[in-house]
Amino acid sequence: MKRRDFIKAAAGGAAALCGAGSVEARPNKEPLENAVGILYDATLCVGCKACVRACKEINDLPPVTQGEEVQYDASRGVTGATYNVIKVYKNGTSEVKDREIDGFSFAKKSCMHCVDPGCVSSCPVSAMTKHPVTGIVQYNPDTCIGCRNCMVACPFNIPQYEFHDPRGQIQKCFFCNQAGVDRISQGLLPGCVDVCPTGATLFGTRKDLLAEAKRRLAAKPGETLTYPRGRVTDQVHTHEKAAPEYQQHIYGEHEVGGTQVMHIAGVPLKKLGMPELPERSYASIAEGVQHTLYKGMIAPAIALAGLAYVVKRNTSQSDQDDE
Amino acid sequence: MSEHQPVEGKIFTLPFMFLGVLAAIGLYFLGVRFIDGMGAVANINSGYPWGIWVVYDVVVGTALACGGYALAFVIYVLNKGKYHPLIRPAILASLFGYALGGFGAFFDMGRYWQFYNIAMPSNWNFNSVMLEVGLCVITYIFVLFIEFAPTVLETIGAKKALRWLNKVLFFFIALGVLLPTMHQSSLGSLLIIMGAKVHPLWQSLQWLPLMALLSALTMGFSIVIFEASFSAVGFNRRPETPLLARLSKAIIWLISVFLIVRLTELVLRDKLGFVFAGDLAGNMFLLELALFVFPLLVMLFRGRRDNARLLLLAAVSLLFGGALYRFNAFLITYDPGPGYSYFPSVPEIMVTVGIVAIEIMAYLVFVKKLPVLHSAEHA
Ligand code: SF4
Ligand code: SF4
Ligand code: SF4
Repeated sequence: MKRRDFIKAAAGGAAALCGAGSVEARPNKEPLENAVGILYDATLCVGCKACVRACKEINDLPPVTQGEEVQYDASRGVTGATYNVIKVYKNGTSEVKDREIDGFSFAKKSCMHCVDPGCVSSCPVSAMTKHPVTGIVQYNPDTCIGCRNCMVACPFNIPQYEFHDPRGQIQKCFFCNQAGVDRISQGLLPGCVDVCPTGATLFGTRKDLLAEAKRRLAAKPGETLTYPRGRVTDQVHTHEKAAPEYQQHIYGEHEVGGTQVMHIAGVPLKKLGMPELPERSYASIAEGVQHTLYKGMIAPAIALAGLAYVVKRNTSQSDQDDE
Repeated sequence: MSEHQPVEGKIFTLPFMFLGVLAAIGLYFLGVRFIDGMGAVANINSGYPWGIWVVYDVVVGTALACGGYALAFVIYVLNKGKYHPLIRPAILASLFGYALGGFGAFFDMGRYWQFYNIAMPSNWNFNSVMLEVGLCVITYIFVLFIEFAPTVLETIGAKKALRWLNKVLFFFIALGVLLPTMHQSSLGSLLIIMGAKVHPLWQSLQWLPLMALLSALTMGFSIVIFEASFSAVGFNRRPETPLLARLSKAIIWLISVFLIVRLTELVLRDKLGFVFAGDLAGNMFLLELALFVFPLLVMLFRGRRDNARLLLLAAVSLLFGGALYRFNAFLITYDPGPGYSYFPSVPEIMVTVGIVAIEIMAYLVFVKKLPVLHSAEHA
């Protein structure tokens, strides 16, 4: 074969591949206008775990049992039967709440409902989707093939496949809005927010929650702040309290492109089990590469045509040689 | 007359029976997996949802099955007809490797009874790397069937079908070069979205598809050398070392480019510090590097690459290097955060061992019943 033919044949594939080294990924997705979310303020959390229990009841999840005893709050992490856990951070003498050294704090773990979710981007069969209005990350067990790509693609290890069930599915917090629960569609609060006595778990649009978080972080420690309960816009169910010393970090404002569930605390969020993550969503990089290589299947089609041409030429030549 | 011949000999030899036992054990645990769920057999968990069934059976297994791809590229695209004697066994090995990779993917699916959903265009998520891998691998398995079909048709004497197939075969050969290019690179892209869970030494983001492809090709060529040298020893056939030595020149280029890309990425992104960190990841990287550099040192020199045994060693080293690159990225240095750990369970390993045993058994039956290997007089 002549060099020219090879270059012709390889051009499509080579162009696509060389592109891989230099592609510009698409930018992060922008938060949806009316995205709903939760603001978890660890400094307000009293660790009662009412939210853990409510989550189980509303989502019809079996409680964790220890011997004979039913324990709603015993799960140590999210599992196929636990969408939401409250954990404890302790350091040294654990004297003072919301202090890193010799203090303690509570921490929440549940789906963050990412703005640009890895689980949705990676799911081959569109079983994980983001609701176009609320931004809730929902799941369809009838299309899911159980490949568990959503699990490896979630920076927070949230999706849980039921490994001990031969017909297992993926479980995670669906923001109390999956078919049969539909709390958000009915205008109700998510279960965990509804029962939270202090407003540590607060519901609202992501925009309002972000503003609220900024308001709290801006307050001077000791200054009196009004805290709403339930809905961030609720001006009736409020209480007043001296502002604690917040870490100046709204977890979920920027992490992997932002999340709709956000956390603030008095202890660095890394200590509360929230991973340190870049602003750029990995989904955007992966999709950038994928779409550069496969946009409209043009590069593969050109490569195939070139390859078919060269292979045909080369095989018919060797047929002649045989004769 | 055909240039290829079946290998003489009984099928039920002692090693074959031994493989049979391994296969039976594997199939038993596979049965348990279907009855009691994956958790009853495998140690995979919420932090490590992908264990050796994905990483060995699919990610490494299909790369080891790239012999047919690598050779098809050299023979039909670069028009080096002299490698033709090697193609049939390579295609056969690829067929088994991929078919079992596909099977592995199937029983690793948590909701396998809905697996057909990936073939329904209405479900397709074009953002998903997994979709590309899935569809591409399924199609390639069919293409390999067709590429291998002439061997079967020749045996049963279906001349008409053979002539007809030969007319369209070029198209399938072309597909057989394109598809592995696509999904082998995508197997690397799978790592991108795992983000910070993948150790920086392996999280090369946009560079991943190229690295995965290059290393898959080196593995493809190495497996050809390995299989040819091995069947020369095992079946007492004349070795094809001169041909293999020439093939190793292609490998020199591939390793060099791979290493340059791999190291350049580390330098540009300022990750060299991790290499000498003295921790598990750093040491694993150095081991991987050594497994790539050793074959380079063998193949670069004429005297060494003409030595059948050294060449075999180099090929084996390269196979381990490519496999380790994948294992390191997906499992060994993969870190989902505190509180999770993974080491495969014995039943889990036995399933994979059983699958490999079946693959080797099927290969042995085929080369003894069908004209796969190149007949000695022509070699
Ligand atoms: S936290 Fe995980 S599961 Fe939840 S939306 Fe984000 S990526 Fe998906
Ligand atoms: S396990 Fe199901 S939901 Fe998760 S990525 Fe695979 S198909 Fe999608
Ligand atoms: S929103 Fe609903 S499902 Fe999610 S953690 Fe709260 S109660 Fe549980």
